[in-house]
Amino acid sequence: MLKTRIIPCLDVKDGRVVKGTNFINLRDAGDPVEIAKIYNDEGADELCFLDISASQENRNTTYDIVKNTAEKCFMPLTVGGGVRQVSEVETLLNHGADKVSFNSAAVSNPKLISLAADKFGSQCIVVAIDAKFSVSINDWEVFTHGGTKSTGIKATEFAKTMEDNGAGEILLTSMDKDGVKDGYDLKLLKAITSIVSIPVIASGGAGKVEHFLDAVRYGGASALLAASVFHFNEITIAEVKEFLSKSNIPMRMT
Amino acid sequence: MKIAIIDYRSGNLHSALKSFQVAASEFKNVSVKITSCHKEILAADRLVLPGVGSFSFCKSKLLENTDVYKALFELVIEKKKPFLGICVGMQLLATKGHEGQKNNTGLNWISGEVKKIGVKKSFKIPHMGWNSLHFNKFHPLFKGIHINDHFYFVHSYEFNVRSKEEVIATTNHGKKIVSGIAKDNIVGLQFHPEKSQIPGLKIIRNFIDWNPKMI
Repeated sequence: MLKTRIIPCLDVKDGRVVKGTNFINLRDAGDPVEIAKIYNDEGADELCFLDISASQENRNTTYDIVKNTAEKCFMPLTVGGGVRQVSEVETLLNHGADKVSFNSAAVSNPKLISLAADKFGSQCIVVAIDAKFSVSINDWEVFTHGGTKSTGIKATEFAKTMEDNGAGEILLTSMDKDGVKDGYDLKLLKAITSIVSIPVIASGGAGKVEHFLDAVRYGGASALLAASVFHFNEITIAEVKEFLSKSNIPMRMT
Repeated sequence: MKIAIIDYRSGNLHSALKSFQVAASEFKNVSVKITSCHKEILAADRLVLPGVGSFSFCKSKLLENTDVYKALFELVIEKKKPFLGICVGMQLLATKGHEGQKNNTGLNWISGEVKKIGVKKSFKIPHMGWNSLHFNKFHPLFKGIHINDHFYFVHSYEFNVRSKEEVIATTNHGKKIVSGIAKDNIVGLQFHPEKSQIPGLKIIRNFIDWNPKMI
């Protein structure tokens, strides 16, 4: 039976892991390769690197970090942040990434997803959706460029389009909940997981072990992503897995 | 012993190389190399065909180089050297595949077809994440592997093998999916041993140590 995955996310800016609240106020959390190694040892099921400076700055630092991490961790690695071209997918895969995540470029050029999926297979194409509830459209609205640009696009419709275009997975971040630590956005999660048949990773809002359980039980998430609670040792991956396992959610225990 | 990991520009070779190097370091005189050169392939004692990408993309990359294809055929089919296909590398062993474009011919070393996994909607596709194995019969590749060990899967297509005799392991995801195949000197794994931490390294070690008995 397939297990629910626990994924620590490393937001990387200028070669360092950082974490903020509601996408701003970044705090330094350490060296990405060292942190990746610790999570690997703690039983993480996957790792996620998001280069949050990538849209503006040089990508080569990220390639080096991906390469160094892949050499130390024999586990799946998703890399994203500022990816705009099919050729970048190939470069990232060759540096040791297993999956590549698209965000802003998937909105501005949805065809990019089908091109990338045709070439590398859906299984390595992730679409990261940053969404925030909007009263005016009465739905969650997709934001791009690290949550700074609104698009007017409904997250539910966009998720379905991305699945149709060949995305293999959706990394769904609630901007309302990101860094707030009072639980994942279960309504948003449920809305997306019931509309697509590809796996959805829940992101944004984890603060205690119960939140992880709720995202699976009530949100239908296939995987659970968190950053700050793991970086600052507020909860360990082992604690999450033990709690979920006791709550009858199938987990890979290491 | 020389192990060649065949490079056909499908990505994911970095982790395959690293994990094989770690496993090889426990043996005497085992070297691992990534290559797309047919001369180096012919000089190898063991071959690994990794694979990330669609069936049609990997197949065209592999077969557009006829020297590589001929070298593979000579080494695996004529000289019977141990061969391991991983993920799409396993699927390429099939007669046909339907990913990317329909009715693409594969290597046809193990009879069967590669089709989209068809399961109820409550089971998400791609089959992505950690899952365990059910062993159909003992194979040296799985020495020391337990039913509670987990392996990393990421695929939307499955290999429907014609002869059940050639299936050595299956995995449940809404249905039984073929996760390990074997025929003489050829083995294939649907999951990624190079991404599966300690149990994955164990399988790689078993492959290095494997002396296929011909039937």
